[in-house]
Amino acid sequence: MTTDTAIKERMNIVIVGHVDHGKSTLLGRLYADTGTLPIGKIEKIQAICKQQGKEFEYAFLFDSFLEEQQQGITIDTARTFFSWGGRQYIIIDAPGHKEFLKNMVSGAARAEAALLVIDALEGVRDQSKRHGLLLSMLGVKQVTVIVNKMDLVGYRQDTFQAIEKEYRDFLSQLNVTPQYVIPASAKLGVNIAQVSPETPWYTGPSVLDSLAHFSLETALAEKPLRLPIQDVYKFDARRILVGRITAGQLKIGDRLVFSPSNKSANIQTIEAFNVDPPPTQAQAGQSVGITLDEQIFVERGQIAAQETDRPLVSTRIRANLFWLGKQPLETRRTYSLRLATREVPCEIAKIHRIVDANNLDDKHTQSTVKRNEVADITLRTKTPIAFDLYANFETTGRFVLVDDYDVAGGGIITELVHDEQESFRTEARERDSVWVKGDITPADRAKQYGHHAAVLLFTGPDTTAKAFLARKLETVLVAERRHAYLLSPENLQRGLDADLQDTKPEEVIRRFGEVIRLLTDTGLLVLCTTNAFQQPTRELIPTIQTLVNPTPLITIHMAKELTGPQPDTDLTFAGPENFDDCTSQIIQLLKSRGLLKEFSGGPSEVQFSI
Amino acid sequence: MKHLRQLEDQSVFILREAYKNFDNLAMLWSMGKDSTVLLWLARKAFFGHVPFPLLHVDTSYKIPEMIEYRDRLAREWRLNLIVGQNKKALAEGMNPSKGRVECCTALKTQGLKQLLEEKGYTGVILGVRSDEDSTRAKERYFSPRDKNNEWDFRDQPPELWDQYKISFPPGTHIRIHPLLDWTEINIWEYIKLENIPFLDNLYLDQGTGKRYRSLGCAPCTYPIDSTSKNVDEVIIELRNTKVAERAGRAQDEGRGMEQLRKDGYM
Repeated sequence: MTTDTAIKERMNIVIVGHVDHGKSTLLGRLYADTGTLPIGKIEKIQAICKQQGKEFEYAFLFDSFLEEQQQGITIDTARTFFSWGGRQYIIIDAPGHKEFLKNMVSGAARAEAALLVIDALEGVRDQSKRHGLLLSMLGVKQVTVIVNKMDLVGYRQDTFQAIEKEYRDFLSQLNVTPQYVIPASAKLGVNIAQVSPETPWYTGPSVLDSLAHFSLETALAEKPLRLPIQDVYKFDARRILVGRITAGQLKIGDRLVFSPSNKSANIQTIEAFNVDPPPTQAQAGQSVGITLDEQIFVERGQIAAQETDRPLVSTRIRANLFWLGKQPLETRRTYSLRLATREVPCEIAKIHRIVDANNLDDKHTQSTVKRNEVADITLRTKTPIAFDLYANFETTGRFVLVDDYDVAGGGIITELVHDEQESFRTEARERDSVWVKGDITPADRAKQYGHHAAVLLFTGPDTTAKAFLARKLETVLVAERRHAYLLSPENLQRGLDADLQDTKPEEVIRRFGEVIRLLTDTGLLVLCTTNAFQQPTRELIPTIQTLVNPTPLITIHMAKELTGPQPDTDLTFAGPENFDDCTSQIIQLLKSRGLLKEFSGGPSEVQFSI
Repeated sequence: MKHLRQLEDQSVFILREAYKNFDNLAMLWSMGKDSTVLLWLARKAFFGHVPFPLLHVDTSYKIPEMIEYRDRLAREWRLNLIVGQNKKALAEGMNPSKGRVECCTALKTQGLKQLLEEKGYTGVILGVRSDEDSTRAKERYFSPRDKNNEWDFRDQPPELWDQYKISFPPGTHIRIHPLLDWTEINIWEYIKLENIPFLDNLYLDQGTGKRYRSLGCAPCTYPIDSTSKNVDEVIIELRNTKVAERAGRAQDEGRGMEQLRKDGYM
């Protein structure tokens, strides 16, 4: 047999199943029986086996590490290349041993389809089910089941049927229907490259033929657009936003809205190197670069979408999560959540239950999620994130958690959990979408002023002289020709808030937030004290953040005494203290965030990073 | 062609992740077909720019045409090229006759380690492919190396979807492999598709009935019998061959590669 055909498409397939059920043997046999192994490969392995005094096994063809061959198990996933019928397959051989589940998951996460191997003699085992569950969570929806080692049960149809029924029942609980269930003997080559006479009662395809029945995902481009921004480049005059389109399509002239900032602009060009003529459109799967007709603030992590169908935004999500970390997953510990290109700190708010692959209906709860367990959880992020439900969008509906430098778990989002900010977020989104703008953009103002708009919130108990610090900072900034303005909430009480009773603290904060929003839209650095509010600042800050979003909010806390960094605080001082020093620290922070250009003394000629 | 654009999109995504997440990043360029395709992909990813240095570990035994080609492209494409060499080992007379794995370890692995240490790179992009060698088949796209440059293949971190390993303890670094999913044939198909300049007088038969399939040091790399005179003929030849790509590379014999790679070889 030869593979002398031009490749038209490619597909990644993973082989999974319980340890020792014959995954690597199946892979080796598939290559050997299709004549697709390099010359001398079998002879080389045979010679090594002879030398070590053990029987040749097809599994050795791909278990490449010395240790794997010595132990006779696969430790890590191997990618192997296999071309057949105009399709280039990468077949990923995943380990079946429980200890190497993280490697199995790494392999399966790259796959579009799976072959799940079950030993006919041993039947359905722990990892058979766990792997099935993980495949459904990893997004591998196409599965063909291979009941292997049929030679050991005399090719009995009733044995095969019993396993087929048990496993089909299990998969149906995960809403997965296997494409085929194939009786086979990988060791003897039965039903691998061709249907063999040993199973006259079997009418389906061989393993090789079943591969062609896996179909490629094509519907992604038909979905609403999702473009998670990966980076913003300014190598030359162009300011190019790059990212990989995970769903839908875009073309020049399309209006894009970025979540969660709600900023919007039109696509001016689609940039590409060595493409003539330049592209005018792009679709799901492509890594693209675009420029916009307006210099709005966009950064890595935001998701671009069409105005009519945007991703969800919240600080709380419910998800099914599998945990691979060396330490158990705990509530009240901070992890880093990475969703598409966004990375934010998060905490596990609640562990609802542990999902047992052997008993999917079990309602078992525990306080931690141990390694290799699957759990139903709610998590809370520090700042709002844009996301989708996994059922609607795969890539923006899943995330990983990072613990101690490593990706330690993966999850799929099942539900948006409403948080307290929901109504403010809706208000901000609706207000921004109809906001009437002049011809001057925020970037124009920033260039004129020598700084970006920002909100500086001074928090802390009474008599710490934080208002004094705010006044001092305003004076220093204005002396440096910055456009800074001190706004005390008390200034609103007798005017804008005159109609409000003390019983509506939420409305007081909302109006305060909207006033700040207006002032920052004029390009000002707005300095606010917070004493007039009856509310604790931990409720105040998120609301103002939501209403002024995406203008940066910087929180300066003045404590009575220093007790370490405060949560949600950028700078902490113990007041009253050396105000010159505090002022220069704040200005330094503004510079390090890229909000303030160096003070040059002359008229501003500013280059901005945005 | 569609499969090539898929591979391109994936590699470009990986390169952009690398550029975003590593402050001190570099790419190895050996002038071979793979790392030259990788360099081309970087120009794709960054719109004609290559925003990090290219490293070449020069063993002094390279085929002379390779050096000419290197310097020409570096000039034309305005590359920041950094050449490293284990001068101490060369001064002490290291050469292939002292043992091939020993020579590779000293001049390539050690040469690379010296260069990485000197410059303190935290991310190194390499053009290795899974189908070249069975240990490379088990690599991650983002693969950590410890303080001694060693690869702990027994305990690789999970790699989920497009979320790669981008955080790591001080003193360690990450090897980034954007070409893992490419085959030798894909490389040639892409060279043709994009019209990428390559070392045609080495990779194609010049009338002698021989060509190089894989390039390394002159003493340890042998041409194969082939009459392929253009890229199309190379692709057809490769579709029909069952000889391993690196059959002409002496370092791969026995367990040479597993040991070399564990110790930090590319």
